[in-house]
Amino acid sequence: MTPALGTDTPAFDLPGVDGRNHTLDDYADAEALALVQSCNHCPYVQAWEGRMMAIQRDYGDRGLRLVAVSSNDAQAYPEDSFPEMRKRAERLGFNFDYLYDEDQAVARALGAERTPEVFLFDRDRRLVYHGAIDDSRDERTVTRNYLRDALDALLSGEQPSVTETPAVGCTVKWKR
Amino acid sequence: MPLATVDAMHVELLYWAGCPSTGEAVELLEEVLAGRAKIAIREVRTMEEAERLAFPGSPTIRIDGRDVDGNGARSRPALNCRIYQLTDGRVSPVPSREQLEEALR
Repeated sequence: MTPALGTDTPAFDLPGVDGRNHTLDDYADAEALALVQSCNHCPYVQAWEGRMMAIQRDYGDRGLRLVAVSSNDAQAYPEDSFPEMRKRAERLGFNFDYLYDEDQAVARALGAERTPEVFLFDRDRRLVYHGAIDDSRDERTVTRNYLRDALDALLSGEQPSVTETPAVGCTVKWKR
Repeated sequence: MPLATVDAMHVELLYWAGCPSTGEAVELLEEVLAGRAKIAIREVRTMEEAERLAFPGSPTIRIDGRDVDGNGARSRPALNCRIYQLTDGRVSPVPSREQLEEALR
């Protein structure tokens, strides 16, 4: 179900690929928190990963914390297991936290449906943008940078003008 | 290539509805075929079907039974979106036009 704007960030305590557990409180200092429903195996995620790193690099100094969360059923999709997540993050040099939501509670609380799917929260941890990172999986044909535009607005003390876009990607792989 | 020879080709596209790439793949394949052959489109609904059809992900395109991406075809059967490795190093949820053209030669 699509989350309503203004929805609170769900509390979480999840293991990260860096070997530490991460809670919502760990990001308390962030001006903006972008939770990105993600995973390893999806070609749409793989197509956007570079842009996720670029966004963290470009907005990190202004207070963005981008956090990827994988909730996929690793039994049915072994490429998405926690050990595989660690390998991928290390191989690609992720500059953002990559957390494992094994019981899928965060994905359910967010109402996530796709990977990648962005949930951008403001300083008060209220949802201000939900949807796609931009308008094309092919970086060469992007015309609308939804997440960057939302961050520009948010970090300038304004509300994003576009608050909802359709996330295009693989489905979240729910446990049966 | 004579039209009659091309018409004899069997072009098959298998897809899983959980992946959003089907429309793009059909459109691209139709463009490359340019009316020279019809596409047999088949939905894969269950893991049992995926295993029986050796379906490594969506979309899977076969020309006369041969996968347009032989490397990807060897992946285990799965209901997921398939990864196509492009020649420039990027990944894509659909094969490139060049891959399709090569497979049709």
